[in-house]
Amino acid sequence: MAQTIPLSWYLAISAALFAMGALGVLIRRNPLIIFMSVELMLNAANLAFVAFARSFDVLTGQIFVFFVMTVSAAEVAVGLALIIIIFRNKHSIDVDLLNSLKG
Amino acid sequence: MESSGLLPLVPLVVLLPVAGLLINIIFGGRMNEKVIGVVASGASGLAFVVSALLGFSLWSGSGEAVVVPFADWIHIGDLNVAWNFRVDTLSVLMMLVVSGVGTLIHIYAIGYMHEDVRFKNDPGRYRRFFVFLNLFIAMMMILVSGDSYLMLFVGWEGVGLCSFLLIGFWYDMDTLGRPSFANSNAARKAFITNRIGDLGFLLAGFTMFWWFKDLSFAGVFNQAAYIASISPGVILFITLFLLVGVAGKSAQLPLYVWLPDAMAGPTPVSALIHAATMVTAGVYLVARSAPLYTLVPQAQTTVALVGGITALFAATIAVGQYDIKKVLAYSTISQLGFMVAAVGMGAFVGGMFHLVTHAFFKALLFLSAGSVILGLERGHHHLPHGNREDSHAEVFDPGDMRNMGGLRKQMPVTFWLYLIGALALAGIFPLAGFWSKDEILADAFHKFPAVYWLLTLAAFLTAFYMGRQVWMVFFGKPRHAATEHAQESPGVITIPLMILAALAIVGGGLNLPGVHSLTLWLEHTIAGVEAGEFNFLVAGLSTILALAAIALSWVLYGRHPLVEGQKDPLKKLLGPLFTVFERKYWVDEAYWAIFVNRYVDVSRFLADVIDGRFWHDWFHEKVLAGTYNWLSRTVLDLRVDQQFIDAIANGLGDLTRRISGSLRRLQNGFVRSYALAVLTGTVIILGYLILK
Repeated sequence: MAQTIPLSWYLAISAALFAMGALGVLIRRNPLIIFMSVELMLNAANLAFVAFARSFDVLTGQIFVFFVMTVSAAEVAVGLALIIIIFRNKHSIDVDLLNSLKG
Repeated sequence: MESSGLLPLVPLVVLLPVAGLLINIIFGGRMNEKVIGVVASGASGLAFVVSALLGFSLWSGSGEAVVVPFADWIHIGDLNVAWNFRVDTLSVLMMLVVSGVGTLIHIYAIGYMHEDVRFKNDPGRYRRFFVFLNLFIAMMMILVSGDSYLMLFVGWEGVGLCSFLLIGFWYDMDTLGRPSFANSNAARKAFITNRIGDLGFLLAGFTMFWWFKDLSFAGVFNQAAYIASISPGVILFITLFLLVGVAGKSAQLPLYVWLPDAMAGPTPVSALIHAATMVTAGVYLVARSAPLYTLVPQAQTTVALVGGITALFAATIAVGQYDIKKVLAYSTISQLGFMVAAVGMGAFVGGMFHLVTHAFFKALLFLSAGSVILGLERGHHHLPHGNREDSHAEVFDPGDMRNMGGLRKQMPVTFWLYLIGALALAGIFPLAGFWSKDEILADAFHKFPAVYWLLTLAAFLTAFYMGRQVWMVFFGKPRHAATEHAQESPGVITIPLMILAALAIVGGGLNLPGVHSLTLWLEHTIAGVEAGEFNFLVAGLSTILALAAIALSWVLYGRHPLVEGQKDPLKKLLGPLFTVFERKYWVDEAYWAIFVNRYVDVSRFLADVIDGRFWHDWFHEKVLAGTYNWLSRTVLDLRVDQQFIDAIANGLGDLTRRISGSLRRLQNGFVRSYALAVLTGTVIILGYLILK
């Protein structure tokens, strides 16, 4: 494995994934899709972590990825519960209907 | 014991009456009337004992004046006024008269006020009367014993206050006991008239201080000759303004008008204050100031003329009076005129002699008149309708001589006492009034013929009006039912009168011609007094005139006694002139028209125009209140508050609202836009950090 893929390629993919995730969060109205986009951003961060960990040969980044995955799983559990409650109240899950805090 | 060792006792003559009045003020509420009266009389009596001891020690010693320091009073710069007592023959003579006659009147008042407070339905005032009476004795003692003109003035004002308090003793009624302001008006009249006199005294005192830098007698008299030599007008000014004070206090023309009204006070007050003692303070003042008066003959002439004219003027009024006390009041003014005339023309001993004897017989007359009045009050109460609560139309005046008549049968003791007093006043040999009046007349005959004739005529009238009074009161038949039932007074009233009567009989012995004990006594104090010669011509003429006057009064009033409702016989004889006497020359009315009403006009002008229209309506309402309202309403309220401060507050509010109005549009409620803001912010900050 003399010829390894350089770090910058990983980072480029990570940035692209993060950008796609952020765009999805900003433009979609379906909370499920938004959640998926959030997962995409988190995983873009995970990719950056492991890429750096591998490149600098330290384990900290690898371990941090596990934390992120755990937290994102918990987040999805809470988020889905919220979406169900919102649906029960509004009979819809369109996030643009949740504008009660409008000034 | 060295007799002059008694002289330091002199403060007791003031302190004892003060102690008496304090006891009566503090403990009097729990004591009965007898104890109150005994305490007050005892305080006055002890003062008399002290005065007698002082007199004894002067008599047995050298007789020269002794100054007894008592207390410091005023220290201002160079001015030092101490309360010093002066014990000399003149002051001790006055002390003896004041406390001696005062004590007898205190004792009399125990009986008199006991009945008086019951006739007037207010026994609670009994104690107050004795407190005032003791205060008067204390003040009179300060007056006669002070060693400076200032201390004399303290006493002068003090007795004026007591006079005011006691004239207005029954302040809520008139002399007949009906609700009225009459008595309190009389009290104020006395007080205000005396203020005019006191102003003269004060001006004299200021001048004295300005020129002499000293107010003590010795200090003033020692410099008087020197001041007179460099500036004679000063002494004239001082003596004439002192005369104004004398005219006020001793009821001389033109300030005598308060004394007849002062009869509103209870009779013991009339006797003590308005006959025997206080009103003689003016005579004492002139005698005390003898070293000043002898320097300015013009002032002496003025004083003598004032006294002589007053003596005659008041005597004519006394002829036309019907009130038993009013006759005596005008008689007092007339006799004070005798004394003032005497001290004015330099007959200081004669004046002081008459002062003493007059104190005896005029106190006797007033107190006997009080006994008569009480006798009629008792008779009035015995009548079937004689109840004060009844509202019967006719108000009984127990002082009106037209109601009296024949009282010598009902009140024999009072009659004899009154007769002795009247004869002494008329100047019948050998009673006290004969000797003292004659000494004045003899002196006037030598020194001042004009005054001699004035006084002789006054003496004739004196005998006449006293004769008229005695015939009207005690002879003939009772002219009122109350008079028929009149009763004699008890011993507590008549016994002091008997002592006074004895004094009125033998009082002339003080200064018998040829013996001149009073002259020898007073020459220690008053320089250059000379023993008057007994002038048989003068004495004979005045005796003949007095007897003629009494005979004339018998022809008019004794031979055919007045019957009820009859006009005064003198009215037929004199016609309008009698009316002039009866109405007192309309002096009161004239004073009202000239002074009082003008004063009221000025007061009204000041009240209505100056105070009401100028100060209140214009200055306070328009200027002060108007400016304030304009300032607060127009300037502060409308301009400053509403237009300036409110504008700032509202402007700030509007500004905030406008800013927030634009800011609220950011808060659109869409989560995505917030997320975009977060993303944008992060990108900008990161970009900045990376690219910087």
